[in-house]
Amino acid sequence: MSKLAIEINDLTVAYNYKPVLWDIDLEVPEGVMMAIVGPNGAGKSTLIKGILEIVKPLAGEVKLLGQPYHKVRTQIGYVPQKGSVDWDFPTTVKDVVLMGTYGKLGWIKRPGSKEKALADKAIEKVGLSDFSKRQISQLSGGQQQRVFLARALVQEADVYFMDEPFQGVDVTTEKAIVNILKELKNTGKTVIVVHHDLQTVTEYFDWVTFLNVRRIASGPVNKIFNNLNLELTYGSKFALTD
Amino acid sequence: MDLYNFFIDLFTDYTTQTIGLGTAVLGLMSGVLGVYAILRKQSLLGDAVAHSALPGIALAFLLTGTKNTLFIFAGAAFAGWLATFWIGAIIKNTRIKSDAALAIVLSVFFGFGLVLLTFIQRIENANQAGLETYLFGQAATLLQQDVITMAMIALFSLIVVVLLWKEFKLFSFDEQYAKTLGFNTRFLDFAINTLIVLAIVIGLQTVGVILMSALLIAPAAAARQWTNRLSGVVVLSALFGILSGVVGTGISSVGNNLSTGPVIVLVSIVIVLISFVFAPGRGWLAKLIGKQKNRQSLAVSKLLEGLYQTCITHQNVKHQHSLNIIKALPGYNKKTLLTLKNDGLIDFTTETEWCLTDKGLFMAKKHSGNGGAN
Repeated sequence: MSKLAIEINDLTVAYNYKPVLWDIDLEVPEGVMMAIVGPNGAGKSTLIKGILEIVKPLAGEVKLLGQPYHKVRTQIGYVPQKGSVDWDFPTTVKDVVLMGTYGKLGWIKRPGSKEKALADKAIEKVGLSDFSKRQISQLSGGQQQRVFLARALVQEADVYFMDEPFQGVDVTTEKAIVNILKELKNTGKTVIVVHHDLQTVTEYFDWVTFLNVRRIASGPVNKIFNNLNLELTYGSKFALTD
Repeated sequence: MDLYNFFIDLFTDYTTQTIGLGTAVLGLMSGVLGVYAILRKQSLLGDAVAHSALPGIALAFLLTGTKNTLFIFAGAAFAGWLATFWIGAIIKNTRIKSDAALAIVLSVFFGFGLVLLTFIQRIENANQAGLETYLFGQAATLLQQDVITMAMIALFSLIVVVLLWKEFKLFSFDEQYAKTLGFNTRFLDFAINTLIVLAIVIGLQTVGVILMSALLIAPAAAARQWTNRLSGVVVLSALFGILSGVVGTGISSVGNNLSTGPVIVLVSIVIVLISFVFAPGRGWLAKLIGKQKNRQSLAVSKLLEGLYQTCITHQNVKHQHSLNIIKALPGYNKKTLLTLKNDGLIDFTTETEWCLTDKGLFMAKKHSGNGGAN
């Protein structure tokens, strides 16, 4: 078996008294492109936040690339939900993308020409070169999503976590983002995506985790993406329509 | 003394210089830190901190028996910090929301401060007079020693802001992302909060606990109108802060010693009003003009489309139509017709007869081809 990108044991997270994630065990091999699917409130975002130590778990252990998160931090990239920040913040596209280099720079040191070149490259990759100097509130929803993607790309990570990167994005942009993600996968990176559109799971991903507070199932899409698991995750009346 | 003389004194008179420098320093400091308070959506926290500083000031006086600025500052900063901490703890550990938590802590601290002030007024101490100036502030009480203390605190704060520029920006924009990158967000939160408390504390003597938060928020809110870059906002906010402090002190000294704090705050509010109305891009006027321009250009397109529809009903598209037809078309007004004429899209063969030019026909065809979108 290939090396593990993610290894989770008994992860339990609760907000106040309500458990959001219960006893999650999960193993994800390196180099896959995985969708996390489940209904609203299933804990999909929380799973990512628990893995990245943004929220403090009640119990459990998480290893990334065989080590605790803080040891491999520079190898992990993160795309938060678009709605998690104020897009009226006085800053430009390039400035936000440069933030992706801050982790490797560490405290006090400012980004130099090397970091700026990296940022330019990432901005070009997501097709925003013409918007580089634009204030971020003057972007469409899809462009804002691509800014966050570019910011994660400059992290030059090995494992990427993306929280609903297709939210509020039109079809063309979605395909463009998927192509970038597939390119990442083809260069051996692991890409984990919180995903809502069940119709595209088989088309975009090769690995899937069904989540609804508990882990329902996790594995290759062609083996476990079936009506049984969908029903277990979303409820008994649910079935794929096509 | 008139305002002109005040500015002369600013360069020649020692007392005026001290006071002017003092208000400039606090304007600068609150201008810079106010930007972070606004960007982190903590504008009201400043108000809570300022009001909460009052019992700290009173206790510092009771404990030391003097009005030494350093002790007063320390007392105010401690009380302000304690209030910040409690507000945070209440939000985190109870179901009380942030606005209610702010209101509770603010009123408890401020009420306690007022009780202590009346208590101090009853006791026998030659020093006690003047402590109540901390309510509304009085620039005239600023001594050189006070200004030096304020300047040192401001210098320290500015150095921290410059050193941690990238960290403060990242943390203010996207706290969770900052955390995943490995930055200690608890420390950053502590650092920014502490600097905001310090900015408020050094203004209490001049502006007073009741109005100090306005000086924290107003310059930053005004500066945000003019620029879309964080560095621009910070520099401009600092300038607006300095301007408010110095001009406010000037007006108050001219106007028969009007209370300095309120005057400084009023000046800063005037700057806010000017910025909200006149700033390019975000300002009210710019938005109004933009909207008007947009409407007018849509009306021109609408009129052109109407003319085109009229023309193509005739076999000869160059057929002359009477002016009365135009007047009935949607989008017609004198300006839109003039725009079409000046752009060479419409031709008047006589005073009352018109037809579209070749260019006009081409443009109109293009317009109607994409549903009128420009």
